[in-house]
Amino acid sequence: MSWQLTKADLPDLARGAAFLGTGGGGDPYIGHKLVENALGEGSITILDPEDLADDLFVIPVALMGAPTVMIEKLLAGHEPLTALRHLEAHYGRTADATMPIECGGVNSLIPLLVAAQTGLPVVDADGMGRAFPELSMETFAVYGVNASPIALTAERGEHIILDTGADNRRIEQLARALTVELGGSAAIAEYAMTGADVRRTAVPRTISMALSIGRAIREARAEHRSPFEAIAAALAPTLYSHVRELFVGKVVDVERRTEGGFARGRARLAPADAADTGAFEILFQNENLVAYRDGELVAIVPDLICVVDQETAEPITTEGLRYGQRVRVLGVSTPALMRTPEALDTFGPVAFGLTETFVPVEELAH
Amino acid sequence: MTDARVPASVPAPAARALRIGIDVGGTNTDAVLMDGRTVLAGVKRSTTADVTSGIGVAIQALREQSAFDNDDVRAVMIGTTHFVNALVQARDLAPTAVVRLGLPASAALPPLTDWPDSLVTAIDARVYLAHGGHEFDGRPISPLDPDELRAQAADMRAAGVRSVAIASIFSPLNAELEAAAAEILRAELPEHVTFSLSHEIGRLGILERENATVINAALRELGAEVIEGLATTVRGLGITAPIYLSQNDGTLMDEEFVRRYPVATFASGPTNSMRGAAETTGLATCAVVDVGGTTADIGLIEGGFPREAAASVAVAGVRTNFRMPDVISIGIGGGSLVNSETAEVGPESVGFRLTEKALVFGGDVLTATDIAVAGGRAQLGDPARVAHLDPAFVARVLARIDERIAEAIDRMRTSPEPIPVVAVGGGAVLLDHTLPLLGEIIRPENAGVANAIGASISQVGAEIDTVESIVPGSRDTVLAALKERAIAEAVAAGADPATVTILDVDEIPIPYLPGGATRVRIKAVGDLEGVSA
Repeated sequence: MSWQLTKADLPDLARGAAFLGTGGGGDPYIGHKLVENALGEGSITILDPEDLADDLFVIPVALMGAPTVMIEKLLAGHEPLTALRHLEAHYGRTADATMPIECGGVNSLIPLLVAAQTGLPVVDADGMGRAFPELSMETFAVYGVNASPIALTAERGEHIILDTGADNRRIEQLARALTVELGGSAAIAEYAMTGADVRRTAVPRTISMALSIGRAIREARAEHRSPFEAIAAALAPTLYSHVRELFVGKVVDVERRTEGGFARGRARLAPADAADTGAFEILFQNENLVAYRDGELVAIVPDLICVVDQETAEPITTEGLRYGQRVRVLGVSTPALMRTPEALDTFGPVAFGLTETFVPVEELAH
Repeated sequence: MTDARVPASVPAPAARALRIGIDVGGTNTDAVLMDGRTVLAGVKRSTTADVTSGIGVAIQALREQSAFDNDDVRAVMIGTTHFVNALVQARDLAPTAVVRLGLPASAALPPLTDWPDSLVTAIDARVYLAHGGHEFDGRPISPLDPDELRAQAADMRAAGVRSVAIASIFSPLNAELEAAAAEILRAELPEHVTFSLSHEIGRLGILERENATVINAALRELGAEVIEGLATTVRGLGITAPIYLSQNDGTLMDEEFVRRYPVATFASGPTNSMRGAAETTGLATCAVVDVGGTTADIGLIEGGFPREAAASVAVAGVRTNFRMPDVISIGIGGGSLVNSETAEVGPESVGFRLTEKALVFGGDVLTATDIAVAGGRAQLGDPARVAHLDPAFVARVLARIDERIAEAIDRMRTSPEPIPVVAVGGGAVLLDHTLPLLGEIIRPENAGVANAIGASISQVGAEIDTVESIVPGSRDTVLAALKERAIAEAVAAGADPATVTILDVDEIPIPYLPGGATRVRIKAVGDLEGVSA
């Protein structure tokens, strides 16, 4: 069933999207403000994936690049729509709807910006079910929809159409090289598909899930209930039904470096009353990838590792991690279509050069 | 103790190392004379319109309570909410322009996005988008356009702008365009116009950095006025010790720093109050309610230090990215106006004019203090002047105050775990001895001057901000060397070596430069040598 999203939903959606960003995906605040400015008092039609006509033409849009760049070099405003228009022109077909490529972080909101600017509806689904650092890390790609052709653009309005056929890794490399040249951040339109493709390849109802996570946190705070129980309750009826508290403590060390356009690093956490020796460790590449407690694996990609404020449950990004912060780390299970062997080949541990094999968080942390 | 009792042949007693801690709130100016951790004297006086004469009065009052030699005073430490109050109440703000350098990028979210309209009006904001800015790797987004800036300067001049904030995209990595744009604008504008450059104020994240820079710009005139007044007052009393102001993190800054960066004092009030409360109660973990004349500030102390906000912090409704204590302010204080029909309190306040405006002091404005006196919670002024108030109305207002404060603490704590509540500040008399949901309130000894005690335990710090090459394997060595340098600089700034600790380590990798170039900021703090508590 379709529903209407208004300005009043944006703060909850942004907070939920930050949670699903698992430390990355970029600060949704910027996206929130962009949509708010464009939407005014209007509303956006959100389509449930089950209701889509088989031949509905959907063009997803997103930003790609470094989150650090996106909060510093802000959009001129036209970029995502410009990318979508160029891809429409390339296909010779007008989009009936747009959709997130990534439901975690700022990219959950970019299709809504286009919707607010044009009135296009947005499909309640995405291709990552979280945030990932690469365009090829998509359930769309895993289940047979190609990223090609892709339209890229930036603030000057220059556009590039790339087509690598079925090679989704190659298009990632080319698009990323172009993104660096465009200033570290670009708007893209890609993974054009039909309504039937969406049902087959997308992670369903992730916009509404982000909204319900954000709402749960807000309402729990207002009613002085535990926001962590509220998050678990919000996720229980979804495809992300297992939530585990992995650690409670303080950040004692954060190490970052930039490699190949990605922010890689590690954070060490310790119990709040201990000396500066990390008992808990998180490795990240834009997003949190893997977590160890006393050297033991407790959660690993693609399952969600979410670092949040110890008391308020406000999501904390890998960029926002700072020495001394009091945090709680939550592990969240992912839907079955994100854990198949072919999905794990694309965005499981091996795709990030990790030696561990994937074990579901609900089997690791009790 | 008087000189007359000391025979001339006896050597003078060893010089004492005293500190004067002063907290200037919107309503009261509190002062303490400290010797180590001992409070020798503590006084509360009214804040004056000029801020500084109230400080003079408070110092004289300290002297009357406990005589001291001017030469024994090693430091005068002042915490003031003056600047943040000016912002919250949108007064004494300079007409301010903000120029963002970065077109064609960034136009979708222009400067002052998300600012409250009232504040935009209060600073007579002029907003300009101009060409300039850098990419993340140092390439220009577009070159500065001097003619564009000159045209904007002409508009500023016509609008009577007196302070200018400049924020260029990626200026924390390359500040040259902000400086160059300031040069161009300076040549076109009257001499008194001040410039605040974003790379000196904040960190990456242009909206938050720009917001903080605009706030700083709007406060520059007030900063100069206040610091001149302070120096004149303190020197006029014969005290030659250095004057410091408290910063957000509790460390001290000198006069010149205040002039340029008044925004750095923003959260010093809550920081001092919370640290002072912890100091006087001995509680390592507690919620602190500091009720002043205009606002009640609520925060949490964990392990003796204020809990820090996780990410961006809203100040007067404006998002910034300072490291600040996590504090919420609600508009309830001793000077808050009380609506005689709705029984609502604040956010408007008579502020420092409490002792002339409040009914109990002979004025004609119904304030929260009047209600507290009428309800028997406070003994102040002339109770006969509030005897006419309907007891049912008084009870309603008091219940409303308790309820709103309790709600705010409860929102702050979020965890259902019980937490002790410590009430400090001159307006704490507004509160009952227990709060709904939270139970008994602890009122520490010297509660009325906890802010001043907090100011007096302030520390000095040093910040290293540098670009270092960090390659695999070298990080620990590099960081250790920088930490050592930060500690050495804190000691050079006057910190007692035994007390210096690293407060903050922040690394920003600079992408695509060879050799792992990383911007590293390290902050070390310690107690002032010779006057440490």
